[in-house]
Amino acid sequence: MTFGRKQCTMAALRENLDTAAPDETAQPIVRFSGVSFAYNGTPVLTDVNLTVEAGDFACVVGPNGGGKTTLIKLMMGLLEPNRGSVLLLGRPPAHSRVRAGYVPQQCDCDPAFPIKVRDVVLMGRLRAAFRPRYSKDDKAAADEALRDVELYPLRNRLFGELSGGERQRVLIARALAARPEILILDEPTAHVDIAVQKDLHALLRDLNRRITIVLITHDLGFVSSYVNQVICVNRSVVKHPTSRITGEIIAEMYGTDVRMVRHDHGGGGHL
Amino acid sequence: MMEFIQALQNSPLLQHALIAGILASIACGVIGTYVVVRRMTFMAGGIAHCVLGGLGAALYLQKAHGLTWLQPMYGAVAVAVAAALVIGYVSLHARSRADTIIGALWALGVAAGVLFIYQTPGYETDLMSYLFGNIVLVSTSNLYLLLVLDAVVVVVGLVFCNQFTAVCFDEEFAAIRGLRTRTYYLLLLCLMALTVVLLMSVVGVVMVIALLTLPVAAAGRFSRSILQMMAISTLISSACTTAGLAASYGPGLPPGATIIVLAGAFYLAVAITARLARVRRLRASLRRAASG
Repeated sequence: MTFGRKQCTMAALRENLDTAAPDETAQPIVRFSGVSFAYNGTPVLTDVNLTVEAGDFACVVGPNGGGKTTLIKLMMGLLEPNRGSVLLLGRPPAHSRVRAGYVPQQCDCDPAFPIKVRDVVLMGRLRAAFRPRYSKDDKAAADEALRDVELYPLRNRLFGELSGGERQRVLIARALAARPEILILDEPTAHVDIAVQKDLHALLRDLNRRITIVLITHDLGFVSSYVNQVICVNRSVVKHPTSRITGEIIAEMYGTDVRMVRHDHGGGGHL
Repeated sequence: MMEFIQALQNSPLLQHALIAGILASIACGVIGTYVVVRRMTFMAGGIAHCVLGGLGAALYLQKAHGLTWLQPMYGAVAVAVAAALVIGYVSLHARSRADTIIGALWALGVAAGVLFIYQTPGYETDLMSYLFGNIVLVSTSNLYLLLVLDAVVVVVGLVFCNQFTAVCFDEEFAAIRGLRTRTYYLLLLCLMALTVVLLMSVVGVVMVIALLTLPVAAAGRFSRSILQMMAISTLISSACTTAGLAASYGPGLPPGATIIVLAGAFYLAVAITARLARVRRLRASLRRAASG
């Protein structure tokens, strides 16, 4: 389980040099500086330094219990760090998260809830300032988001009648309806079959042409093919450009699990 | 039935009862929908039973200490809102304790109410009407109070419909969108408390949860949106209270219990019909698959 810290630190150093290129005037979309977090005294993340730049497609990988979801929740300001600071779009996440889209691992919503697909997506248009009704612009944004995820024809179906993959796409549309600058997804493919996973991945690749994406995934085949940054989380965090991902780094990340992971997805060969 | 319609024309008491039933049904439709989709029935039950303590205390102070302005209904409203805030605070800050607290308040409210009423000379009979309802005893001043409560509950419940729906559907996402989810949650609990007081005057403390949930649960089977569910459950609830009042009038049955039995029978009929329809659809599709 011990993390290959030395090896990864070298990569991280080189990475920092890369991102400090002089033409980078805009600030990073996400910045973690010296962030530590513990649940009831049990450390989950220690001294995390991390940046995600505009236009990145960053994948968060790591073993279960390694702190991936915690990292995402810190990013969205749903948890507060014990030490260090998190900036999302240059501000504390609690202020800036309305400009980010968030897709949870699965919605623990009630399938019997009487709500149409379009009304779920419209929730992405809610704001702190009270408005009693959704505006025309809200409805246009919701319809546009539904077209993006190819669910516009199902807009009047009940959310509870949809399949697991369709529901996941509705949740992505709900996040997109806010016209976010960054889309943050917590294992959106965890509960859907392989065909649906492929569709979702293709959708995310398309979206990345205009939006920065941070995605938690176990699908390492996916990591190598579309993603340009890999964030390895296992108590500490190390960032790699995809080109530097080697079999050894993956093995260090996942420990003995790696063979199983590679076998499952069949895509481990070209890592 | 004719007997009931004739009596309705001549008896202001019965007219009040009918109006109280309809007012309660509107609140039940709007707020009951949130209670059912957010699964807060147990909290509603706790608040309803707490209300007995408020009724009893107000009655005791009014009769034994000469505070004539203090109507039992005022005590009911005050205690209902206080109980809602306590339950809300505990479920937000110590979720694992909420269950215990609701159960404790449930029993304590009843106990306090019983003690107060037994200390009020000559009012033991009121205990039965508070527990099991006595819709025929709604006075004109009570009716105005019910009207005000109804207006507050329905207007606030409808104006914040999108926000309440979002908080009930996915609280975490609502918070990310910048909604003050805790405030909305506490506000919803307070509206639920006022609704409980409205329903209590129709069916009594013990049967409030049934009237709050049965028509709404039946409506949930046909509804495709929250607003639709509110409208359909208001209709079902109005039909049940009116029919219950009419059916109980002739034979002199307790109206509260009659209303609840009707609502229960209606829910059962809807649930069985829906189940049968699903089985039939499934068979038809299997047959199509076999022949195609």
